[in-house]
Amino acid sequence: MTDIDDLADIDREELEEPLAMNGRGHEEGSSAPRRIRLRTEPLPGVIGPPAATESAAESHLHIAPEAVFEAQAVSIFYGKKQALIDVDMRIRRGQVTALIGPSGCGKTTFLRSLNRMNDSVPSFRIEGSIRYHGHDIYGSNVDTVEVRRRIGMVFQKPNPFPKSIFDNIAWAPRNLGMRQGLQERVEKALRGAALWDEVKDRLKDSALGLSGGQQQRLCIARAIAIEPDVLLLDEPASALDPIATGAIEDLIHSLKGRFTIVIVTHNMQQAARVADRTAFFSLETRGEKPIGTLIEFDETEKIFGSPRDPRTRDYVTGRFG
Amino acid sequence: MRFGHHDPEHEFDPTAPLLATGNLRRRHLTSRVIQGLAVAAAVAAVAVLVIVVWAVVSHGAKAISWDFITKPAPEGVGPNLVGTAVIVALATLMAMPFGVLIALFLSEYAGPRSTRPVQLILDVMNGLPSIIVAVFVFALLVANGGGQAGWKAALALAIIMVPLIARGTQEVLRLVPGHQREAADALGVARWRSVLSIILPAALPGIITATLLSVARAAGETAPVLLISSLAPGDAFSVNPLHELPNVPVRIFQLSEEANPEGFTEAWGLSLILIAIILALGLGSRALLNRSKRKMTR
Repeated sequence: MTDIDDLADIDREELEEPLAMNGRGHEEGSSAPRRIRLRTEPLPGVIGPPAATESAAESHLHIAPEAVFEAQAVSIFYGKKQALIDVDMRIRRGQVTALIGPSGCGKTTFLRSLNRMNDSVPSFRIEGSIRYHGHDIYGSNVDTVEVRRRIGMVFQKPNPFPKSIFDNIAWAPRNLGMRQGLQERVEKALRGAALWDEVKDRLKDSALGLSGGQQQRLCIARAIAIEPDVLLLDEPASALDPIATGAIEDLIHSLKGRFTIVIVTHNMQQAARVADRTAFFSLETRGEKPIGTLIEFDETEKIFGSPRDPRTRDYVTGRFG
Repeated sequence: MRFGHHDPEHEFDPTAPLLATGNLRRRHLTSRVIQGLAVAAAVAAVAVLVIVVWAVVSHGAKAISWDFITKPAPEGVGPNLVGTAVIVALATLMAMPFGVLIALFLSEYAGPRSTRPVQLILDVMNGLPSIIVAVFVFALLVANGGGQAGWKAALALAIIMVPLIARGTQEVLRLVPGHQREAADALGVARWRSVLSIILPAALPGIITATLLSVARAAGETAPVLLISSLAPGDAFSVNPLHELPNVPVRIFQLSEEANPEGFTEAWGLSLILIAIILALGLGSRALLNRSKRKMTR
């Protein structure tokens, strides 16, 4: 799919920029493309164990160039309840990483902590560190709006705005100051989400009139229209029938390489079909209560073909329980 | 009752006809009595409204005529209708931005710790007798030599309207599905922009409903206009809110105080006009709200 090539052609340098707002004012209607050349500007307020004594620029060197996310000793709590314990994971650029595991194992919690969507949960608390291109996602100076502008998300249930198909895609670019070539941008995003041919004649119709599968592809188009670096997909096909699911999986294949994709799925075949690497989470009893734990993270073929951990093997072969 | 425990009182024959046995008859009776009381209370409420409306219509209908509606005093009440419209419109202009902003604060920005006290204050304000608001504005702006004026009455009405608009708007903002806020957040757009272009448009019909309901309430509030805008004779049309404006509640009061039966009939007539306006506003806003609820929860 050649249309996405230029859509996703983000100046990779901008990804090295700290996540704090720095007065570019791209929200305020400047239509200039975002080209940021700051590479080593120190990230204020870096906290967390590994780099606490180093400057942010130095801590860069410890991270292999292909890592987009580097989670270290991540534990997540909701109030007193611990949802996730001690997750270490490196998510590589341009790959599709699948998170699988039984319900309640913390895989969605982990996904939502990657772009701070969990911040709105009042009792949410995180320990350890998640670095994004070397910058602490939970650093004190980090702007969450900026985090989500670079790390987009598609949810389990399609959630289009009650607006026209065109306005759904155009809403975020307009509000981010990307007003030039809006028509082309919308078309590219819809083509990128393999939806263009189905909706090109009714862009002014309400998005709520689309089928569930079309709505979900619209949400993916909406997410890629602002050219994020990462796409987080939270069970994007779980509410869809097999045909619509197939369309979403084809779409993920076509987006691979342009975007770094992290997908949570209940469907193991889906993980096997779309993911380069797969992480298996499970509930492990520590002390008294079961807590979500990362059991194994490896190449997808290894996870499904020759898993190292017997728990992974039991799960992927259906002998779970 | 434990299984295996033999209790001849509660033994039954599973093949007997399916009719009420044991104390089921008595329980049915209790249920019917409670149901009857509930229905009676509902009927009484409707009956009161019907009786009031019927009394107003039967007494006031003969006073209604084109002249009565359009002409100034003494034949008609035209200036009073216009004056009330001006005062209430002004009050709405003052109250609506405040009410909507308070609702936005409550539903989009405030944490649970600040939501509760603000809501409580709004509910207390909502129950505040209008005479207290009237006396407050009277003491602040009228009694100190400022004199009566339409805008001062509008201010008092606005104070009465703010909590109604705020709470009503808050309710409809709650109906905007959370997943739409999530969708907007996930696109890296600042919250105030999603408030302006996603959340407020979705809630707009409900906001208008809340405003219309508060307009209906304000149009009939008597105490503020009686204290703050009652000296206009109503024999000429006036729309200048810097002076006192003739208005409906004061005129109803004056007409009903008149010694002749004619005036009393006219008081009924003007009441009929007022009640018709309020019912129309109430029903219209209800219809609007139902429509927007259907749209939002689809």
